[in-house]
Amino acid sequence: MSTFVDNDQRPLGHGRMLRKEDRRFVRGRGTYVDDISLPGMLHLAVLRSPVAHARIVGVDTLAAEAHPKVKAVVTGAMLAERGLAWMPTLSGDVQAVLATDKVRFQGQEVAFVVAEDRYAARDALELIDVEYDVLEPVVDVRRALDDDAPLIRDDLEGKRDNHCFDWETGDPAATAAVFDRAEVVVRQELVFPRVHPAPMETCGAVADYDRVEERLTLWATTQAPHAHRTLLSMFAGLPEHRIRVVSPDIGGGFGNKVPIYPGYVHAIVGSMLTGRPVKWTEDRTENLVASGFARDYVMQGEIAATRDGRILGLRSHVLADHGAFNGTAAPRKFPGGFFGVFTGSYDLEAAYCSMTAVHTNKAPGGVAYACSFRIAEAVYLVERMVDLLAAELGRDPVSLRMQNFIRPEQFPYTSRTGWVYDSGDYPRAMAEALRIAGYDELRAEQAERRSRGELMGIGVSFFTEAVGAGPRKDMDMLGLGMADGCELRVHPTGSAVIRLAVQTQGQGHETTFAQLVAEELGIRPDDVDVVHGDTDNTPYGLGTYGSRSTPVSGAAAVLAARRVRDKARLIAAGMLEVAPEDLEWTKDDSGGRFDVRGVPDTGVTIQQIAMRAHGAGDLPAGVEGGLDAQISYNPDNLTYPFGAYICVVDVDPGTAVVKVRRFIAVDDCGTRINEMIVEGQIHGGLADGIGMALMEFIGFDEHGNCLGGSLMDYLIPTALEVPDWECGTTVTPSPHHPIGAKGVGESATVGSPPAVVNAVVDALALYGVRHADMPLTPSRVWEAMQGRAAPPF
Amino acid sequence: MQVPAPIEYERAVSVEHAIGLLERLGEEARLIAGGHSLLPMMKLRLANPEYLVDINDLHAELGYIRITATQVRIGAMTRHRELLESDELAAVCPIFRDAERVIADPPVRNRGTLGGALCQADPSEDLSSVCTTLDASCVIRGPEGERTVSMDDFHLGPYETVVGHAEMLTEVRIPVRPRGSSAYAKVDRRAGDWAVAAAGAALWVDERGTIADARVGLAAVGPNTTGIPEVSAALRGRPPSDEAWSLAGAIAAQACRPVTDSRGTADYKRHLAGELTRRTLRAAWERVREGGAA
Repeated sequence: MSTFVDNDQRPLGHGRMLRKEDRRFVRGRGTYVDDISLPGMLHLAVLRSPVAHARIVGVDTLAAEAHPKVKAVVTGAMLAERGLAWMPTLSGDVQAVLATDKVRFQGQEVAFVVAEDRYAARDALELIDVEYDVLEPVVDVRRALDDDAPLIRDDLEGKRDNHCFDWETGDPAATAAVFDRAEVVVRQELVFPRVHPAPMETCGAVADYDRVEERLTLWATTQAPHAHRTLLSMFAGLPEHRIRVVSPDIGGGFGNKVPIYPGYVHAIVGSMLTGRPVKWTEDRTENLVASGFARDYVMQGEIAATRDGRILGLRSHVLADHGAFNGTAAPRKFPGGFFGVFTGSYDLEAAYCSMTAVHTNKAPGGVAYACSFRIAEAVYLVERMVDLLAAELGRDPVSLRMQNFIRPEQFPYTSRTGWVYDSGDYPRAMAEALRIAGYDELRAEQAERRSRGELMGIGVSFFTEAVGAGPRKDMDMLGLGMADGCELRVHPTGSAVIRLAVQTQGQGHETTFAQLVAEELGIRPDDVDVVHGDTDNTPYGLGTYGSRSTPVSGAAAVLAARRVRDKARLIAAGMLEVAPEDLEWTKDDSGGRFDVRGVPDTGVTIQQIAMRAHGAGDLPAGVEGGLDAQISYNPDNLTYPFGAYICVVDVDPGTAVVKVRRFIAVDDCGTRINEMIVEGQIHGGLADGIGMALMEFIGFDEHGNCLGGSLMDYLIPTALEVPDWECGTTVTPSPHHPIGAKGVGESATVGSPPAVVNAVVDALALYGVRHADMPLTPSRVWEAMQGRAAPPF
Repeated sequence: MQVPAPIEYERAVSVEHAIGLLERLGEEARLIAGGHSLLPMMKLRLANPEYLVDINDLHAELGYIRITATQVRIGAMTRHRELLESDELAAVCPIFRDAERVIADPPVRNRGTLGGALCQADPSEDLSSVCTTLDASCVIRGPEGERTVSMDDFHLGPYETVVGHAEMLTEVRIPVRPRGSSAYAKVDRRAGDWAVAAAGAALWVDERGTIADARVGLAAVGPNTTGIPEVSAALRGRPPSDEAWSLAGAIAAQACRPVTDSRGTADYKRHLAGELTRRTLRAAWERVREGGAA
């Protein structure tokens, strides 16, 4: 187990240290959006559709308007008069701010009330009378394109069906050729059900529009404050320089807080109408029912191999449920996210995927975490298919993977779908996982238990992710490039402030980025203040999601610090009256300094240099005063973290209850900045993966009613459902990142679901079970044991 | 944040006071004890009482576990945590501790009460099953005085009991018989979740070691917790054995009326009714043999 020491003063850079931000979080002194309270502030509540699909016949707001504490009641018709009834989504679709013609999912926004307090706003919702003409909903994604399916998007001109988009990747002809000559082909339908990011803090906003100055300040739960500012400007017609978006402390995001939700716009409209600040805070049910979900892919998987286990090709058709509006957050050229990395960690001859996305009468979104742009789905597909192949061939799932891994000497490796994997050593990570697990002993134990009728399963998965979007040449969102700005200022006394474009939601940026600067400048992490989440006080960038903060903004921070250090060398050279190239940078426990080469302890410290930079006396010719740097970092490539996971489960033969006994996770995310924070990310992701595999599920009944609308229905694992994590590390640096770091935020959430499912299916081998879809609740496992495994529809 | 509709609030200082308030305020008044069922329903506006009569101050009067040689009496305001932690109760009725270990979570157990659990009459509620298994009776007090009803008569359907609007449940009485013990088992999707299915079992043997009586109470497999008289009839006079438990399990699976929902299929719940009946009877028998409650 890890040991924790309160070493805030050490290390002087990278290394294990407690999180600086926890000083306020553990004391209850965080400031979340709902903690923002302004003089004269009003409260907003949203009336939502009780049905999944209906035409709005009429909305009567008279009684609500008569409520003594109500200041404004707004309907879709009122917004339409101002041209604000529809807004763009992150995927180039439009979404209703308030429904005008129809409601298209249960929980859709129909009207809102602004009142003097939260209670009155909620009470007034009950006074609004909406007449609905209920229509047949499209609930089953597999029926969405049927000829007789009801049309959902009749708002789009010329739209005749529920088709959303088609997308493909890979080489269909080459893939067909390897399937034709393959000795073994295994096929399986795999459903990755709709789940929800379910952050502890729901979404919310406080909008304050100053009619005199014509300035908008918006405190909002956003993972991407700068992108939101630009989009709000483009959509609402407000000049961008008069919008300030502040994302204060955020209680978890997981992709849920990437989109702009109608509620943010409601708060802005409410403030403009009333001239007073307006707060909107979503409740738990609203968050689960109406905000951005994750996954919802039905995947047809096919894998082709030789009889001796050489994997030749992988093919998939994906049916993607995007809900009523396409609100997916993904770079513009990647409508299926980064699903293209579905060839995983294996050196194949050919691969092909086609995808059809459709609309259904369900909440929009489809972003989300913990999917790193759909890599969770991709990894699940390939890791289940490899296990199915292993079962077909009677091979051990580890040896089959080892046989087909991309070999260390093949990096950089261009996959069959065109992704350039930067670095990797897969056999080493797998070997480390086997060592920690005691894999051979586990298999022996399993054989012995099986002989007694006990159901023990061992599941293996190996994932490769593509994170850190992304290079400007390839990636943008609504035309905004995915480079990140960063600004570093070193004060005269040697402390510093770094301003970031990314926004933490619990990832520990205030510590990690301080350590990055500390490592480069030889100052204490405590002497570096991290400023983020306020568009007036930070440089431009696209925010935190898709594990991009360390790959993109982390690189920016390092390069800014190195630029400062380069300048510090010039100033030091002037102070010591030597040529800059005669100086040597050293950093030890006492700090960073430039010494004259070969003459230790004669130089100047970074603090002395900082004072000189701001102080009196001449600087070398051509050197300006101050010790600052600002850059915008455009990554050369994504980073490709990877890992080997082993899950051990016991299934009760009588009740079919799955107990996760052990979970071994060896992660390689390149250079680690703060191992404790990395482990925290991994622990959380593993818990999320176990949740998805065993219990998390946003289901719908045949009327389109959401069945996951509370945390009693949408189950999230607790400490009792997860084992003590057994984490291991290998380090394969990224060649193009300045310190060799890769993203890690989503690694565990991506890698763990197939390990759990593989383990459960392995445990059920005695029952002839070949596959069972998530969530593997006791009932669904028992049905599989009866030979009745069914997809979760 | 979910917020309830406007309500008026009164705090009762005695059982008589509470009943008087209910009588005066009428049908729109509700008692609130632990509040872990009522308050969420009010926040979701599924329940919109006009008045709340808070009986938490009655814990001194109604929070007790009294055990004699022939009877256990538990006050309706006794909290889950007190039922969990009572060694004396666990000695005579170990089924309580089994059940309390798997009811909700510590914050709920700190506030929730036995009376609240029974009066909520949720078909998946655990203590109703425990009380049914133990053949408990319920003492209900109203303006006219006290009456006592058996667990079989207490529930009228899901979320519905015989407690009238100006009445309150004040005490649960459990008979104690020699050479017996009990056990509880539950399958849930996650710790703290409602039962997919649960079973309680209690078993008594005579001097010769054959089964004098046995009772099984199932939760979440019908509109209410139900005792299964056929199990009792089938086991009386038999020797304790795996065959007896299997027979009881088969009867329980037959007798229950589960429905398919997001917690599980009806077939699975029926299977669990049998499996958990077997397991709890076996556990109860092992406790009898160990002499813990003989």
